[in-house]
Amino acid sequence: MAQRWTNDLTWNDVTPEAAYLNRRQLMAGVAGLGLAAALPGAARAEADALEPNTWEEITQYNNYYEFGTRKEDPARYADSLITEDWEVVIDGMVDNPGTYKFDDILAKMTVEERIYRFRCVEAWSMVIPWNGFELADLLEMAGVQDGATHVAFQTANRPDQMPGLAYPVLDWPYVEGLRLDEAMHPLTIMATGIYGKPIPNQNGAPMRLVVPWKYGFKSIKSIVRISLVDKEPPTSWNKANGREYGFYSNVNPNVDHPRWSQATERVIGSGLFAKRKPTLMFNGYEEEVASLYEGMDLSKSY
Amino acid sequence: MIAVVNSGARRVPTWLVYALAVVPPVWLFYAGLTGGLGIDPVKAMEQQMGLLGLQLFIATLCITPLRRFAGINLIRFRRALGLITFFYILCHLLVWLVLDVQILSQIIADIYKRPYITVGMAAFVLMIPLAITSNNMSVRRMGAAAWNRLHWLTYPAVILGGVHYVMLVKGWQIQPLIYLGVILGLLALRQVPRRR
Repeated sequence: MAQRWTNDLTWNDVTPEAAYLNRRQLMAGVAGLGLAAALPGAARAEADALEPNTWEEITQYNNYYEFGTRKEDPARYADSLITEDWEVVIDGMVDNPGTYKFDDILAKMTVEERIYRFRCVEAWSMVIPWNGFELADLLEMAGVQDGATHVAFQTANRPDQMPGLAYPVLDWPYVEGLRLDEAMHPLTIMATGIYGKPIPNQNGAPMRLVVPWKYGFKSIKSIVRISLVDKEPPTSWNKANGREYGFYSNVNPNVDHPRWSQATERVIGSGLFAKRKPTLMFNGYEEEVASLYEGMDLSKSY
Repeated sequence: MIAVVNSGARRVPTWLVYALAVVPPVWLFYAGLTGGLGIDPVKAMEQQMGLLGLQLFIATLCITPLRRFAGINLIRFRRALGLITFFYILCHLLVWLVLDVQILSQIIADIYKRPYITVGMAAFVLMIPLAITSNNMSVRRMGAAAWNRLHWLTYPAVILGGVHYVMLVKGWQIQPLIYLGVILGLLALRQVPRRR
């Protein structure tokens, strides 16, 4: 049952990639002449909000510590990851546990395009046109049993293919988790492509989670295991530094992070002199997801 | 060999060192403007200037032990290296202020709320009196003893700089720990007792 949610950012109001580059140059030129203020407000807001990043920006500026801690490391080293014959273990509280072939999963799922804002906890952001299927569909296929409350995810742990695993930056393998209602939310997808092309290794091939209202590190890459459990699962950055990275890690400009102010963000690709942009509550998806957290103190459950 | 280095070094004018020091920041700025610094030029400039500053700081700290333990005398470049260190850290700070954080209230909040920025800022503040007094007139006016006492601030400044680097990366990463180790090692060398 795909199509539960329709993009508010679609190709109807987003210009194609090539045209964007031209408009970006145009906008930069206009700003440079000091004429930006003369543009109608709506036009400027649209240009701010709906500019998807280029393929190059999305695929050459990554945090994927299994391949190194520098932003350019994943693009440089992730080729060594073998994604052919990928298998995903789905286990725990499900009716149909087992080892699933990625190709078999993909054959059963409906892949849609989702143009999402992407906000890193390091206070930078992009807009990314993902292709993927709703996690809810995959979980329905596995048959979630009553009593399951959370979903735990695990990234591949292959030291021979992932040079970054040689360094104890984190407690490997990388693990993440969601509450079941977050996992079942129609915004939550398993991404398998970008710009209609298969997702590159450095972005989490062959299949990675995308939860657009949470900081990027929640969107775990190259998933090999999905477990339905009945308590909050451990998550990698929370284990490394619980004061800085909570289980929820919802994008929230009002909750101060000990390391970065989360009130504003730098938009990747906007140039050397671009202004920071105010960060939106739940990364702009407040209308869709705020109800999940009703009654919770988000400054405590951060 | 050592004599060759020493006599070679005597022939290098210090103005040349200052002139060469201007090249990296100018090049970085040019590369940032023309797309040569990758996807996120602001971060690249910020990190490169900080790292260059720390490297120059370490080079400055090497001058004294090189003379004492290896007999290599580069002491006439020490002031230049120290001032260039300050210049690079100032550039690092300016990139952070003007291109990265931009917003004054956020800058002020960052300085007192975020420990790695507090530590980095403290290192910079300690360097200001060192830079101001790195000239012959200050040495004459203050007298050598007081001047030396003031310039002891180099040591806390460089330690804070190294700690700033360790703290600002996410998780435990090796490179910043190596830098901090080298800094502490160079300071430890100064504790080796002198033979009479």
